Amino acid sequence: MRRLALALMFVCGLAFGQASEIAHPDPAVEARLKSLAEELRCLVCQNQTIADSNAALALDLRNEIREQIAQGKSDDEIRAYMVARYGDFVLYRPPWKATTILLWVGPFALLALGLGILYATVGRRRVPGPEAPEGERRSAAEVESLLED
Amino acid sequence: MKALKFVIPLVVFAALAIFLALGLTHDPREIPSPFIGKPAPAFRLERLHEPAQTFSPADMKGKVWMLNVWASWCVSCRVEHPVLVEFSKRNAVPIVGLDYKDKREEGLQWLARFGNPYSLSAFDGEGRVAIDYGVYGAPETFVIDKDGVIRYKQIGPITPEALEEKILPLLKSLGA
Repeated sequence: MRRLALALMFVCGLAFGQASEIAHPDPAVEARLKSLAEELRCLVCQNQTIADSNAALALDLRNEIREQIAQGKSDDEIRAYMVARYGDFVLYRPPWKATTILLWVGPFALLALGLGILYATVGRRRVPGPEAPEGERRSAAEVESLLED
Repeated sequence: MKALKFVIPLVVFAALAIFLALGLTHDPREIPSPFIGKPAPAFRLERLHEPAQTFSPADMKGKVWMLNVWASWCVSCRVEHPVLVEFSKRNAVPIVGLDYKDKREEGLQWLARFGNPYSLSAFDGEGRVAIDYGVYGAPETFVIDKDGVIRYKQIGPITPEALEEKILPLLKSLGA
């Protein structure tokens, strides 16, 4: 068991070792890279961003972004480059367009629907219940005498 | 009004069940490629077997062809390989390989060992061309028409079913 754990650690170490980043990072470039990469989905491990994935592809894409930053491309241009290759799916903040309208509007529509139902239900309950029929009404003295029996 | 009280949850449940059932049939790893219907990105790379010679998609103008991204380290490519080798014997269309993030010797050895279905392989050791094609895992296969437009992308291994049901009819319709 222990040997297995050691072996696993070794293998993982190798895998992560591959993702060694560049030799002389430029803080300004790295900061922009970080802000960009945190909003881009890693295609290999889909619930991670390119910033925090160790996948080889994520590293390649980080280097690609570094290069494009060095070439003086704007953030929008770099995002457009990624979308042209991998589709809107790479964006963690999907654009506002016909195919994504349900995504953006859906939660608010559901909220409105829920509020509507709530309002209708509560409104119905507020209607005062019928008064007790006349015959049932007794004075306090009558109630007392009934209780004493 | 009373009946509605039972019908509404039933309808909501049915709708939810349908959505969830549909969700199960989708493979989240299959991302529709934005390249379909767009011209295949240009590149020029050394060939795997003859480093002195290069390959560019422009060389294939006027032909329907397939670009298959593979690598010697790629397990799924091994699975796909016999299908490609069989398919190449039909001589339907040229299959161009793109040896992705590989070492040249290992790629050559791999083809020598398992057979070479490719009319030629371009060598993309750095994986830069693959990024240009939006490749995020090997194998991936592009069907490219006579005008150099990408018409289909297979993500993952080409299965015999995908070949018969999707790729072959498409090749036929493209006039291969």
